[in-house]
Amino acid sequence: MTEPVAPPLPGGGEWLRLHPATPLLKGGIALIAVIGFILANVRERLIEAFVGGPDGGDLIEELYLRGHLGWAIAIVLGALLLGVVAFFLSWRMHTYRINDEAVEVRSGILFRTHRQARLDRIQGIAITRPFIARLFGAARLELSVAGQDAKVQLAYLKGSDVDRLRHDILMLASARRAEEGVAPGTRAGVAAGSPDAAGPDSLIGRRVTELLAPELDPQEAPPESVVRISPLRLAGSLLASGATLFVLVVAAVLIVVTATGRELGFLFLFVPAFIGGAGYYVRKVTRSLRFSIAATPDGVRVGYGLLTTSNDTLPPGRIHAIEVYQPLLWRPFDWWAIRINRAGHASSGSGSQPATTMLPVGTRGDVDKVLGLLLPGLASADTRHLILAGMVSSGPTPGFAVDFVPAPRRARWLRPFSWRRTGYALAGDTVLLRKGLVWRQLVAVPAARIQSLHLDQGPLARALDLCTLTLDTVAGPVSASLSVLDRAGSLSAFDAISRAATAAGALEDGSQRIALPAEPQPPRPESDR
Amino acid sequence: MSDHSNDTVPLDPARVGSKRVEVGGDWRRVSRKYIGVELVGVALFGLVAIGATLVFSLTRWFAQPLGWILVGAAVVTTLVMFAVAPRRVRSIGYQLRDDDLLFRRGIMFHRVVSVPYGRMQLIDINRGPVARFLGLAELRFVTAAAATGVTIPGLVDSDADALRDTLVSLAETRRAGL
Repeated sequence: MTEPVAPPLPGGGEWLRLHPATPLLKGGIALIAVIGFILANVRERLIEAFVGGPDGGDLIEELYLRGHLGWAIAIVLGALLLGVVAFFLSWRMHTYRINDEAVEVRSGILFRTHRQARLDRIQGIAITRPFIARLFGAARLELSVAGQDAKVQLAYLKGSDVDRLRHDILMLASARRAEEGVAPGTRAGVAAGSPDAAGPDSLIGRRVTELLAPELDPQEAPPESVVRISPLRLAGSLLASGATLFVLVVAAVLIVVTATGRELGFLFLFVPAFIGGAGYYVRKVTRSLRFSIAATPDGVRVGYGLLTTSNDTLPPGRIHAIEVYQPLLWRPFDWWAIRINRAGHASSGSGSQPATTMLPVGTRGDVDKVLGLLLPGLASADTRHLILAGMVSSGPTPGFAVDFVPAPRRARWLRPFSWRRTGYALAGDTVLLRKGLVWRQLVAVPAARIQSLHLDQGPLARALDLCTLTLDTVAGPVSASLSVLDRAGSLSAFDAISRAATAAGALEDGSQRIALPAEPQPPRPESDR
Repeated sequence: MSDHSNDTVPLDPARVGSKRVEVGGDWRRVSRKYIGVELVGVALFGLVAIGATLVFSLTRWFAQPLGWILVGAAVVTTLVMFAVAPRRVRSIGYQLRDDDLLFRRGIMFHRVVSVPYGRMQLIDINRGPVARFLGLAELRFVTAAAATGVTIPGLVDSDADALRDTLVSLAETRRAGL
């Protein structure tokens, strides 16, 4: 078991190991349970197969009678030992290293994999703490890079060190070392390698604090969340969602059918649907409870979750599209939600999806604050009115130089209600699209993140001299597309936006590190570079 | 791409002033031989569609007049597709502008795409069986957005390779991170 560890690299990184409980958390518990289940169920069959004759009562007794007991014990012990050794080896061989250039992970016993993620390509860092892992004080760190299934997962690490590790990685990614004079490698080495020196009392105490603490390391001085969502408002927003409307309709139909009542047996058909619906609400609530979003020196940090807490850091310039939207039923309360497109499908399995929700529900003021974090360039004085106009108003906003270019009047043939609201604006380096009267939407796409853009025109639109403008971004919940625009106007917009996209993209060199301000302050947008 | 076999055409004067989405400039068209690839595709489609509807109506799967109407519809669709195939191929065009690649296609549903060179993630060159027989290739420009969908079919083999090299070197000088 003395696998030579690679010598420290010039970058200061060396190979480190994960949390000792990793094999257990990664499925060891499940494996043991499965083996126990199978043994309990096939015991009779085993007796038949190996010993022969159904007459034998107890397996052990039978073995004893036939004098095979020693062998059986040896086989069982051998299998157990093999399993333990396999787990130990897989833990032992699973190492990671962080240096100036990249984060690397080596794993596998027979089939070795070696994955390397370049620091300047990191799209986001997520920390997830599943409930069981929290009991062990462990957490999972995921570095997402763009691409399908292209992420580096460090599962599991010691919970209290994950935040520091993330900090170090982001620091390295921003080409700025931690100023405490501690190299990230050694610090993480203490994190992953050293046994608990403290006594059991403090160990339990620490577990409790970790479990009760919010998603952050208490010492890390968690930045204040800019929005606070009261559970009441969360519940209200759920009640006023489209899903509730659907549930009400179904319930009404059921009640009517029951009242006219002949057959009640078919009601059982709705049990799975009911369970599914309840699960949907529970998931929504637990995912949105304790939601926090804050600016850190490393980027925007989003935390959420009640039992399984997740905590996601988006380095600046990693947001590809933003949508502020308002379902119809939220309108009386003036509630809004924000979601984004981001590259890299952050997580898989265990209920954690990439965090694309930047605001589950909030007031107009909350939207303002969150947009200020996500797109600081847009929140400047001369374009600020565009956000408000894009959210609520239709038609022109008088008195401002930059305004939405509206759809022509003849668009009402295709969009009888929303044509007045349909419009686009090019504000600085951000393209804003406003649409929807019933389901209000405002989409903002940073020009530097536009991958391509296209104009479409079908026969109906051609007859009306209209066309559709679409900005292609990475896959996500937000689609940046506007139909029923004036043809001539959108042709010039097509040129203007493609020029803006090229210019904004050219300012960013591909190998550039994340530019960070020296002081902790909101991250700078790509438009500032 | 010095000896590009295809003509570059200015904006069609008959279309100026129409309500079509048209972007000016010298559009390069794809090889005329690509019409052959399209025709083979249409023929296969027609074979399957007419065959299937014929079988269904002969076995009286459909009620009697309906079956023959469907066969007729399949025949008419195939004939129309044969007729418009050359025009559809002619509608495909691309231009290399200073900073972006412009691509267009479609008659009825027309689309113009602009991709800044720097957004290139990779370039694919594919050759289908019929296209390979005719010495043609298809170039696919892939960005981080799945919806970009810029696929230039019907390029002469040497043109496709040259275009790929040009695009890669252009992208190299205008690289942008993701």
